[in-house]
Amino acid sequence: MDLLTRPHNFAGKLIIVEGIDGSGKSTQLQLAMRYLQSRGLRPFFTEWNSADLVKAVTKRGKKKMSLTPMTFSLLHATDFAHRLVHNILPPLKAGFIVLADRYVYTAFARDVIRGCDRDWVRKVYEFAPRPDLALYFNVPIDVSVARILSGRGKLKDYEAGMDLELAADRVTSFRIFQGRILEEYGRIAQEYGLHQIDATQSIGQQQEIVRALFDQALADYAPAAPPAPEAPAEPAPAAAQSVAAADQVSTPDQEDAA
Amino acid sequence: MRPFKYLGHRMPYLPTDGCSGRLIVIEGTDGSGRSTQARMLKEWLEVQGYAVMETGWTRSKLVGQAITDAKQGHSLHRLTYCLMYATDLADRMEYQIIPALRSGFIVLADRYVYTAIARGLARGADPDWLRDLYGFAVAPDQVFYLQLDVRGLVPRVLEAGKMNYWESGMDMNYGDDLYDSFLAYQSELIQQFDRMAEAEHFITLDAGQAPDAIQKRLRRSVGRYLKQSAAPALTPAPDAARH
Repeated sequence: MDLLTRPHNFAGKLIIVEGIDGSGKSTQLQLAMRYLQSRGLRPFFTEWNSADLVKAVTKRGKKKMSLTPMTFSLLHATDFAHRLVHNILPPLKAGFIVLADRYVYTAFARDVIRGCDRDWVRKVYEFAPRPDLALYFNVPIDVSVARILSGRGKLKDYEAGMDLELAADRVTSFRIFQGRILEEYGRIAQEYGLHQIDATQSIGQQQEIVRALFDQALADYAPAAPPAPEAPAEPAPAAAQSVAAADQVSTPDQEDAA
Repeated sequence: MRPFKYLGHRMPYLPTDGCSGRLIVIEGTDGSGRSTQARMLKEWLEVQGYAVMETGWTRSKLVGQAITDAKQGHSLHRLTYCLMYATDLADRMEYQIIPALRSGFIVLADRYVYTAIARGLARGADPDWLRDLYGFAVAPDQVFYLQLDVRGLVPRVLEAGKMNYWESGMDMNYGDDLYDSFLAYQSELIQQFDRMAEAEHFITLDAGQAPDAIQKRLRRSVGRYLKQSAAPALTPAPDAARH
């Protein structure tokens, strides 16, 4: 029943972003969401590790550093399953666009680096529908580390991969851990045909590519409900521009993704 | 010392050898007298000089309580149901079962993956997915199945006051009321257990017999197996005169 390797039959569209911490994927998804809203669409948004069901358990386990690679993986799978059932499938079936900040590929990368069997993790998540568009924001480790360290507070234990005992201090551990995840992402991007975006480009440059890809993925999309009353009936001029720009962008991975 | 064997995908970081204990599983639906039998067997094994560790579902520190809490509400879907139970076993696997097996304990599991698989199947989960999910579990050395048909089950469960929402599979709309649902759901579970018992060569015991008779058979079979496989008793086995 591996749903992840064949197109879904739902009326809606599922678009997801992936990338290591500091790749800028969340920023890009937020901007793309604004773009969709400006076109009168009403996308639904969901992010990794955010369901109430196992939140307290995960938090406590992380605090006590008692999570093992397997329980870390299974708790995140539980979280994902809960969000799938409650937040992703209903709008998708109803014909809406669902945007996901991180998807199963995050688990494929992280859990394997933590020590889980590569094939096992894929089997655990085989109930996940295949996205219509999956963007992978590829960024060198130095850029990501610099972004994270300048923009945020202290690194948390599991975020830095301290459970793997790679290094005594969080920053060094984070660098090694994220470096390994980056390598694994490269493998996953190939395997599942994720659309790679060079995340060292400016935010604007990337967003232009992103919007063009959204347009392509939504070309055959018929909105489930009439546009919200306050939204303009015509696409915003910015949208038209980015469509024009999109023609110039080469998309070598597109065949794999289709 | 023997190798650790797993049911499916071994996690690369889990041990491959150094298993000096034994894993013995007792399966059966609720009301089959399983827990009573496990308790009696544990006592007997301890008298024989074997160190015994008992384990059972929802007893993990990590999610045991969370599962109980989640079952109070209506937010459990079959996927989250299956995954939370798998998390519970994974936590017990790493913090209880594997360490105990390494230390030479007899691990007595009051229900194991087969219960979780039967319940998942009764909820419509994919059989291959369930097998893969539980691939991390250590393969048991002996599996006993306390078999009882649904008619035998009803009076026991009623007397114990345990005909509740989950044991009746009410989350699956199996029947109109608690009783109808219980019959349909438990029949489905029993069917799944029967199938697994045949396919995987469980030692099936008639749970309709008197508890002492069942226990006698359990002891004979476990005792013979432990001797045959030269399982280590931590203290010298006491001779018959001491009983």
